[in-house]
Amino acid sequence: MASLQPLTALGRREATTVTHGPLTISERTDVALASVAARNGRAADLAKAAQKADVPLPGPASHQQGTPYSAFWTAPEMWFVEAPYASHELIVDLLKSALADTASITEQTDAWVAFDLSAHDLTRLLERLCNVDFAARPTGYATRTVMEHLGVYLIKHGPGAARLYGPRSSAESLLHAIETAAHSVW
Amino acid sequence: MIIHHPILGPRDAQEFVYLGDANLIDRPDGMVAGVEVFHDYLYNRTNPAGEHQELWYHEQGDRSWLVVTRNTVTHEITRVELARDVARARRRTK
Repeated sequence: MASLQPLTALGRREATTVTHGPLTISERTDVALASVAARNGRAADLAKAAQKADVPLPGPASHQQGTPYSAFWTAPEMWFVEAPYASHELIVDLLKSALADTASITEQTDAWVAFDLSAHDLTRLLERLCNVDFAARPTGYATRTVMEHLGVYLIKHGPGAARLYGPRSSAESLLHAIETAAHSVW
Repeated sequence: MIIHHPILGPRDAQEFVYLGDANLIDRPDGMVAGVEVFHDYLYNRTNPAGEHQELWYHEQGDRSWLVVTRNTVTHEITRVELARDVARARRRTK
């Protein structure tokens, strides 16, 4: 059998980290991701099963941190669930056995590129990239928005910390857009 | 133009895609209601100068369908509801 080497979304062996001035952009390859959508009329059953399995299901436009599962809201009765890749590579199987037939679960890990942005304050960077009023939003805010014509999820972990999920096939373009915006700020 | 999304609050209209008359929700059963009714559903639209119910899709957001009640003369938006809720209230099953 062929010996295959896993590549990151940017086509490299190791996760990429870029710094520019106070900004650090870190590609995250250690996150397992799955979408969880309540089956028709089963939202209450899903909430019960998720509580038992320690899967947070936060309210609209928010992210909830947990161990091992964190999650953010993506649409009515639908969430993205994050977990450490090392322990939860098979996140779909794990969630399916926990949530059974209350939800439809889809593997998302390799559909996205994840970037953690960190700087003292990300407001001036993000106001160049998207229409989200980052400064006015609370920590734990999560939304879908558009950056450089790419649909992305933006999660605010603090005034100087955010995570971005962008389409994996456009990883280079998204990184380029962030770098370009960073060069005009700092 | 700002659309007050029932779940996400005020959002810029550029995040949305416009589909058209919200009567699209009320699709008749063409096999039962007859061809005239279905033809009417498919091709004919009232085009009111005034209050109008229309379908908008939150493409750059949570991808929900909304029924927006908008005045086509003044562009004032008086009501925004999830299309799902409207369809259920009208007893549409799909």
